Amino acid sequence: MEQAEVGSAYVETFIQLTITGLANGAILSLAALGFVIVFKATGVINFAQGYFLLVGAYLVWAGMVQFNLPWFFAVIVALVVAVLMGLATERFVLRPLVGENVISVIMVTIGLAFVLQGLVQFIWGTEPRPMPAFIPRGTVELLGVPVTLNRIWAVVIAGAVLAALTLFFQRSRHGIAMRAVADDQQAAMVVGISVRKVFALAWALAAASAVLAGIIVANLFGASGEVAVFGLLVFPVVILGGLDSVPGVMIAGAIIGLLVSYTAGYVGGGLQQVIPYIVLVLILLLRPYGLFGEVRIERV
Amino acid sequence: MATATGVYHTSYEADLALRKTRAEWIRLGLIVLLVVSAPFLLNPFWLTVANQIGIAIIGAVGLNILVGHTGLISLGHGAFLGVGAYTSAILVTRLEAPTLVAIGVAVAVTTVIGTFFGLPSLRLKGLYLAMATLAAQFILLFAFRNWDFITGGTDAIVVASPEIFGFTLRTDFHWYWVIFGVAALVVFAARNLFRTGLGRAFHAVRDQDIAAAVMGIHVGRQKLLAFAISSGLVGLAGAMTAHYRTIVTWERFTLDVSVLYLAMIIVGGLGSVAGAVYGATFMTVLPAAIQQLARNVRDTIPMLGREIPAIQLIVFGLVIVLFLLFEPRGLDRTWQRVKDYFRLWPFRY
Repeated sequence: MEQAEVGSAYVETFIQLTITGLANGAILSLAALGFVIVFKATGVINFAQGYFLLVGAYLVWAGMVQFNLPWFFAVIVALVVAVLMGLATERFVLRPLVGENVISVIMVTIGLAFVLQGLVQFIWGTEPRPMPAFIPRGTVELLGVPVTLNRIWAVVIAGAVLAALTLFFQRSRHGIAMRAVADDQQAAMVVGISVRKVFALAWALAAASAVLAGIIVANLFGASGEVAVFGLLVFPVVILGGLDSVPGVMIAGAIIGLLVSYTAGYVGGGLQQVIPYIVLVLILLLRPYGLFGEVRIERV
Repeated sequence: MATATGVYHTSYEADLALRKTRAEWIRLGLIVLLVVSAPFLLNPFWLTVANQIGIAIIGAVGLNILVGHTGLISLGHGAFLGVGAYTSAILVTRLEAPTLVAIGVAVAVTTVIGTFFGLPSLRLKGLYLAMATLAAQFILLFAFRNWDFITGGTDAIVVASPEIFGFTLRTDFHWYWVIFGVAALVVFAARNLFRTGLGRAFHAVRDQDIAAAVMGIHVGRQKLLAFAISSGLVGLAGAMTAHYRTIVTWERFTLDVSVLYLAMIIVGGLGSVAGAVYGATFMTVLPAAIQQLARNVRDTIPMLGREIPAIQLIVFGLVIVLFLLFEPRGLDRTWQRVKDYFRLWPFRY
């Protein structure tokens, strides 16, 4: 009898950790998605992605709290501002660096990250702002375990966005054009695709997806610097999934989310903060193109 | 970049010399004069800044050997700085090792750890290497914070002012001579490194690794050597920070520090020893200058005083972005242009 109770408590913890892990994984995938879109189309690794999330979260917060907009309009306004920001980034920061070495491109996005962080601090300060609850926050029973609703919503929203983008890449004209550019820029130009427009589109999409991810993260933790920390966790996800693979990002997000959650639950001691990076090193040493990325072999 | 005309080298010694013309010797003399007279002229605030510049020069020259000269990127050097600082501080406080021995061991330990985290560079380049070293940064920082039995965890380690050859280094004034002595040695050694086969092999690996391999350069070995030398110098900078600041906490070795050092060599000029010096100076003076400026205008514009950290972040980011966009080869290139302008005046070229 007692044995059974211990066993059920164990199962309950396990389910709880699994659901938390999957929810975090879904958000990570969503955050990583903007990253993958930009890398896929333009070959730029965007270290500022985490701060795009941060800006998105604060824009929505400002729209709802400072300007008293209904949440729907606040999100629309935030999306518009973020897309403009993404376009400006592409036009004024990254286009001049086309063809420069990787170090310059990485450093320019890092510089951008500092500018965005500073701007957010300058405008909104550093104290965390609780997000108004427009995503329901109650709890429901799932498999006999209480789960907060906003985590479920996070999974649903992330899943919907990821599905929509997968469809976009597979079916729509612009999506196919983006894949063509990613594959071979010169060949894409030859068949009449405007590489510039594709680059702009990629940054706009990345910024928009960052806003959505930012809203979801802020809904869980409030709008604060923490949102950007979440953004740093996308690196292990994108490397594990393969830098240029959308389905890879979804699966890798789930794996990293679960891994962090199980480590936190069963090992503890702060190990959950570094376990994604240990995975990152292992993946880089054993299989640098990730689980689903395109294998490009170059030997020296 | 125009080269000076009318300078002919008639012997191999002259061709190999580091300083070739009289103007170069005069400029060197002026710099020596400036460095020697500075501690007598600066007020305490700026003397502290000067010492920070000296330490930053050691680290930036070290990082530039890896990034600028060998073409490998590292986002983990902030943590390597920490490895040097922690090793030296622990040896002095727990084992009561003499300071010089502790610093020596710290350099050796950082070299080993840096080389270990450089191992992925054998297979990875560019952004993948950036990721691998980023992971090194987070893993090492985790070790600083959580391995209480070695590092004391999140508590700071307090180090006593060191005694070297029976002389206790206590004030900024004392430290100035030590720091700038070491920095001068490091700069001189780095300048000479790139006149040796090893240094040229680094350049070959950076410019075209396949061609370098064809010429018989062992690319993997050069990459690891670059990581070793670079992290060794950064470890030296770290160990010196530990004894100079007398306090070691993990907060001084975050990702931001890695980025700061990368910013130094980009602002100064990738692949130039002098550039690393310019960059280290610029990026250390900049936040101090902003702070001073804000303090002066605080009474007239109170908002600015409150927002110093945010403004520093924005300026820091903008400096990186603007330099990459408008002067990608850094202050070193600017200085060359200024020299050319005056040498060719009144003509444009």
